[in-house]
Amino acid sequence: MAKYALRATALIYLLFLLVLPIGLICWKTFSGGVGPVVESLSSPSALHAFKVTVVVALFAVVANTIFGVGAAVLLVRHEFRGKRLLNALIDLPIAVSPVVVGLALILVYGRFAPLGGWLADRGIDIIFSLPGMVLATVFVSLPLVVRAVAPVLQEIGIEQEQAAWTLGARPWQAFLRITLPGIRWALGYGMVLALARSLGEYGAIAVVSGRLVDQTQTVTLLVEERFQNFDQQTAYAAAFAMAVIAVLTLLLISLLRPKEDAK
Amino acid sequence: MLRSKLAWCAVLTTSALLLAACGGGSGSGGGSGDKVQLSLVAYSTPQEAYEQIIKAYQKTLQGRNVTFTKSFGGSGDQSRAVESGLRADIVAFSLEPDMTRLVKAKLVAEDWNKDEHAGMITESVVAVGTRKGNPKGLRTWDDLAKPGVEVITPNPFTSGGARWNVMAAYGAASKKGAEQQAGVDYLQALFANVPVQDDSARKSLQTFSSGKGDAILAYENEAIFAQQKNAELDYVVPDDTILIENPAAVTAKSEHPTEAKAFLEFLRSKEAQEIFVKNGYRPTADGIAGADAFPTPSGLFTIKDLGGWSEVTKKFFDPKGSIMADVEKKLGVSVEK
Amino acid sequence: MKSSDTLPGRAAPEGPAGARSLEAAAGPLVEASGEPETVRAAPTRRRPTLGLGLGLGTATIYLSLIVLIPLAAVVWRSTEDGLGGFWGYVTTPESLSALKLTIGASVVVALVNLVMGTLIAWVLVRDSFPGKSVVEMLIDLPFALPTIVAGLVLLALYGPGSPLGIDLAYARSGVVVALLFVTLPFVIRTVQPVLLEMDHEMEEAAASLGAGNATIFRRIILPNLLPAMFAGTALAFARSMSEFGATVLISGNLPFKTQVAAVNIFGQIESDNVVGAAAVSTVLLLVALIVLVSLDGLQRWGSRRG
Repeated sequence: MAKYALRATALIYLLFLLVLPIGLICWKTFSGGVGPVVESLSSPSALHAFKVTVVVALFAVVANTIFGVGAAVLLVRHEFRGKRLLNALIDLPIAVSPVVVGLALILVYGRFAPLGGWLADRGIDIIFSLPGMVLATVFVSLPLVVRAVAPVLQEIGIEQEQAAWTLGARPWQAFLRITLPGIRWALGYGMVLALARSLGEYGAIAVVSGRLVDQTQTVTLLVEERFQNFDQQTAYAAAFAMAVIAVLTLLLISLLRPKEDAK
Repeated sequence: MLRSKLAWCAVLTTSALLLAACGGGSGSGGGSGDKVQLSLVAYSTPQEAYEQIIKAYQKTLQGRNVTFTKSFGGSGDQSRAVESGLRADIVAFSLEPDMTRLVKAKLVAEDWNKDEHAGMITESVVAVGTRKGNPKGLRTWDDLAKPGVEVITPNPFTSGGARWNVMAAYGAASKKGAEQQAGVDYLQALFANVPVQDDSARKSLQTFSSGKGDAILAYENEAIFAQQKNAELDYVVPDDTILIENPAAVTAKSEHPTEAKAFLEFLRSKEAQEIFVKNGYRPTADGIAGADAFPTPSGLFTIKDLGGWSEVTKKFFDPKGSIMADVEKKLGVSVEK
Repeated sequence: MKSSDTLPGRAAPEGPAGARSLEAAAGPLVEASGEPETVRAAPTRRRPTLGLGLGLGTATIYLSLIVLIPLAAVVWRSTEDGLGGFWGYVTTPESLSALKLTIGASVVVALVNLVMGTLIAWVLVRDSFPGKSVVEMLIDLPFALPTIVAGLVLLALYGPGSPLGIDLAYARSGVVVALLFVTLPFVIRTVQPVLLEMDHEMEEAAASLGAGNATIFRRIILPNLLPAMFAGTALAFARSMSEFGATVLISGNLPFKTQVAAVNIFGQIESDNVVGAAAVSTVLLLVALIVLVSLDGLQRWGSRRG
């Protein structure tokens, strides 16, 4: 009896908080048929927004993957002073509000900041331009690859690499041929998480992008801007596209997630 | 082996995407046949008008090789953004002080307003928008200050439209500035009825349309825009209201001054002015079709009647101490800088 | 981010004071406790400290340029007008109201998640019904969905024009619903692994001794779950404090009524009140720091319980 009550409570809660919203996106998007959806998503502004989103996300994921693998190796395989500090600092971005991320970047890389001004004098614009958006996206997704890879790296241990060294392999060879394949599922999982996070960033990007339609507008910014301008059709269409990407990401994550029952 | 192959694929794909992004984006100016990209930074409400004007411009001989990036937002916010480094070739604001700020920062030439229209490209008036059928019967300024009435207006420290609203209200209540205290008292009473001050005129319209408030103070062109978008809204132009004049100019640091000037000229042309009229704006040029459909309020006054913008900005909108700063402080709304 | 990813990862290198162990040439073993480094005899050692230094240096520069220096700049600028000025910015009526609302709403949301999250985790682990794997997958949706999309959808569902006839727009309840959405997965995902790993033997023993279900839950299961429950709750609280995109649309951002701290900061940035924005941001950062420290403590508590 209690079992059914619990199940019902859980499912009703999830219904109102999760299932209905998803259903509503689909319904609202396609209430006018498929045609308007395709039309609004293939407008030049929408296409450009998708391009900007993908480019920024790719840069961020690549950067954080390199950092992530490197940091994981550092944390798991080495001892050094300040290791605990590094460990804690890597987790910092998760707790910071996206708006604060944007503000922080403006204060350092904006035109009136020392570093930003120096760069601007040399023709490099960070804020209100793509590099700033990449920085913001890197910030918010920073810990994801590290935290996915580190536990697995720890678990698989160092024996195989040591065996390789004794057989004459150079550290880089051992890394590429033994370490990386060993963590490939965790790496893929971390990269998918980072990609999802990067594609969906809104708050930090809203602050550093300057709202430049057709230049620094990502799909998330497009959703808000179109909604504010009474263009609900495009807003919902773009929202639906992001929701589809989110669900695809979920599928990938559940396939790649380190299996609990494998332990 | 597979790993390195995958890595190379990733690198190549990324590079390809990068190239595509660069290629699809800006084109550097120079010879004819090369695409020139101009950046338009404007206030929030004329977005649709500019989208249409840009399309029309790109059909002309001069505009054929010009692409645009646009940014729209609260007039004050946009002006400050350009001052802080937002790249712009053409700027269009809601009111003159937002342009003056850029003149002071040497980003706009001092002679920007030395033409026959004093640099203005569109006009409008402050109107009062209400729910369809005007159920609460709000027609006059006094109606809006009555207790229990909710009025939507943006924040005068970020939005240009809000400043026009404030000056229209003040001008009406103070009899064009003759009775200052009456005007200030009115502003206090009016803003006590404002539940939320969005940062731009367009956002205010969005707030009103989604059900908040009994009336909205807005540009006449915003009310017309809302009706065109089938929002459930009526509007009244009060007898005593202010003439809104919106400036536009080319920036001094533009990389494409010739093309930017050409676009600015186009904004004054019959074709662009007609598009503005279609979007609810009053034209500055003469002889534009549809211009006489706009009513002329009997008690229309201009910002000059109230002392001109430089004096008004200091007296009403200085965040460190002014009439509106006091009004906001009494309501607990912070207005630093 | 799965918090269960965080906890094991952070637990990693806490072996006996990081001591190195020299292994015999026959066969190195990595201890289960995660002792990360073994050093072989000198001739075959292939790990030069130059590589370590380079890697560490690069990682530090990366972190500094992107995270540390910018965050430090926020705290630095917030004190530009002195500590008195800082306090002034934080206690302006609008900012103070926003902070109070945010903390209050986050507490409510954290508590709701504590209960509902544990309940849902329980149902997902101990129960089975058709469609469970779909539900299991969808739990992570708030992680993957952009916050503004969530905000748009929640506005459509619970705002004016709602098909359910509920209008929570411009109300605090709307803010709470938005925050509940984005914090949904946290407690669930921290509690689930613990539930999965739990040893059923003690429960069965207690049952065979005549204990009722409620007693078993209260005295055997719950104590083991508490660290994970609280860890998830802390994460949900932190997330809720910093949320921006999901609340922006449904709340209408009415100052003193529904404006949350992040929106307040955003407004100040737009109005060029950089110091004020930095001050409120610093408060949020302090709260985040407290949460991170508590999480660390909770995790130690959890690992001590064996």
